[in-house]
Amino acid sequence: MIPTNAPALPPLLFLFTGLLIPLAAFKLRRLAYWLALAATAAASAVAVSNIFRVLDGGAIHYHFGGWLPPIGIEYVLDPLSAFVTSVINVIALIVLIHARRTVEADLPEGKHVPYYALVMLMMAGFNGIVVTGDFFNVYVFLEICSLALYGLVAVGDRKSPVAAFRYLVLGMIGGCFYLLGVGFLYMSSGSLNMADLKAILPVLGARPEVIVALAFMLLGFGLKMALFPLHGWLPDAYTYAPTATSSLMAPIGTKIGAYVLIRILYFVFGLGFITKTVPAATIIAWLSAAAILYGSIQAMAQDELKRMLAFSSVAQVGYIGLGIGLANAWGLVGALLHILNHGLMKACLFLVAGNFRMKLGHSRISRLDQEARRRMPWSTAAFTLAALSMIGLPPTVGFFSKWYLAWGSIRNGSWVFLAVILVSSLLNAVYFFRVVERLYLKPADRPPEAEKSGAAARVRSEVGASMLIPTLVLAAALLAAGLLNAFIVKGVLLKILPPGLAGMNP
Amino acid sequence: MSDFLVGHYFYWFVFLLMTIGLFGIVLKKNLIKKVIGMSIFQVAIILFFVASASKWGATVPVLDPKLGAADTAKYINPLPHCLMLTAIVVGVATSGVAFALIISIWRRFKTLDEPELLAKMRHDPD
Repeated sequence: MIPTNAPALPPLLFLFTGLLIPLAAFKLRRLAYWLALAATAAASAVAVSNIFRVLDGGAIHYHFGGWLPPIGIEYVLDPLSAFVTSVINVIALIVLIHARRTVEADLPEGKHVPYYALVMLMMAGFNGIVVTGDFFNVYVFLEICSLALYGLVAVGDRKSPVAAFRYLVLGMIGGCFYLLGVGFLYMSSGSLNMADLKAILPVLGARPEVIVALAFMLLGFGLKMALFPLHGWLPDAYTYAPTATSSLMAPIGTKIGAYVLIRILYFVFGLGFITKTVPAATIIAWLSAAAILYGSIQAMAQDELKRMLAFSSVAQVGYIGLGIGLANAWGLVGALLHILNHGLMKACLFLVAGNFRMKLGHSRISRLDQEARRRMPWSTAAFTLAALSMIGLPPTVGFFSKWYLAWGSIRNGSWVFLAVILVSSLLNAVYFFRVVERLYLKPADRPPEAEKSGAAARVRSEVGASMLIPTLVLAAALLAAGLLNAFIVKGVLLKILPPGLAGMNP
Repeated sequence: MSDFLVGHYFYWFVFLLMTIGLFGIVLKKNLIKKVIGMSIFQVAIILFFVASASKWGATVPVLDPKLGAADTAKYINPLPHCLMLTAIVVGVATSGVAFALIISIWRRFKTLDEPELLAKMRHDPD
């Protein structure tokens, strides 16, 4: 591989595989899955190797068609985009290994080939958003991944088209608001290139068009990220989508919104603009605090496991937003670590929900009991570990991301946010222990005749290795990332910090 | 103030269109009318971009030896128009997906009226 092509490789790889799958799998349907898996594995390998390349040698720029920016479109791989591409590609790889069986179970056979083609297009969009250095290109990739996602959601159960339609309407509004923001930015500055704009914006100062542009862009990606109160599409879409879709979109989709927010706020507009000129950071922090409390309280009221996880996603997106809004080094490190952490644990939890659906036929919390745990001990253990990380107990990575967020709040003197983080940990404990308690302590209420043949009923029926191993790998990764967090923070995250924050030393 | 109102009349028109679109998306109960609202909203943004690049007394952005290259005010900036070609494609694709979803909603629930749809979904066991 030629190093200068590294930024363009993952999105193009996915784009071409997405086009190749319907052609190649025309005769042999099973080929679709293996092509998708191979492309994701290759992209993960490229993305992980890119981290080391970027950390050693600095950002890599790739100019499309040889046109130099700001006229041509430029793909940039800096430490931030290298980190986010690795997170999304590796998690997508693990989820795709799990997805083969659930896609076979959830979808009629004729839909497998287009399903994997759409997954590839979605990944192309996600990777493109992360590596591109051009604001209009972000819009194009945003629409590619959104259109693929509408299709991926709509193939779920009976109610999924309605959820997909609502997602489409809100996603379209989000995309259009973002485009309008880009329009204002282009009218006032005459450039769409991020690096170019970073140089122009300080000259323009606090002109109304620039502030309006920032507001529209944040509104657009706030909708994509499902930042409270723009989260309306998320619970239904996650609940009714097929298992494979919800476990791909929950850990990855909202992170892309968070990434673009960090990119716009810290790397284009700059720290001074978003804290002194307009209180963008403060607004995001307060909305995120509301999201954390609202999502956690709603999650407590849900009976369906996937719906509970969806509301918990609203809350977890809030943590990332809070870290972004604190506008100091600790907060941003916490937000970045939480991107990794939430990606791993939400993927793990959705995979366990998929395992329950596969073997028990449902994922209703009120119907879970010891029986489920006896039948599926490993899935239950993975769920418990991910729940502990969600609550933030020490050896897991969840503790460390909350630790940095709490430090960030203390450094800012924002005691309200500190209280929100502590209270929400308690709320997380309440709604996750509700499930864990049922799984470990609630005796199974089996009919008496089943009790007599108890030995047969207690036979362990864990899911197959292709589903169990990804679940356990994610659970183990939570512990590993927790234990290695000092290396991750010092080695990668501190090098991501934008100018202005880099001087601080958490 | 009146200069500001008159000089930007096209933008007032665009924002009126956007409001009509949003009104349709939020308040209309029928799903097809929501899609119509979406299209109006998208068209408003396309017009916004196109209008932002237009100039009086300028010509197409092809180098004309008589005008020379020095005075850029004599040429229209082609970039926003090109961007909007992409946005039009995106709008068509989004409408297409929306109509496909509407067909599958109709097949399952036999209604496109939102309150009725929600009522049917509530009574539906999962």
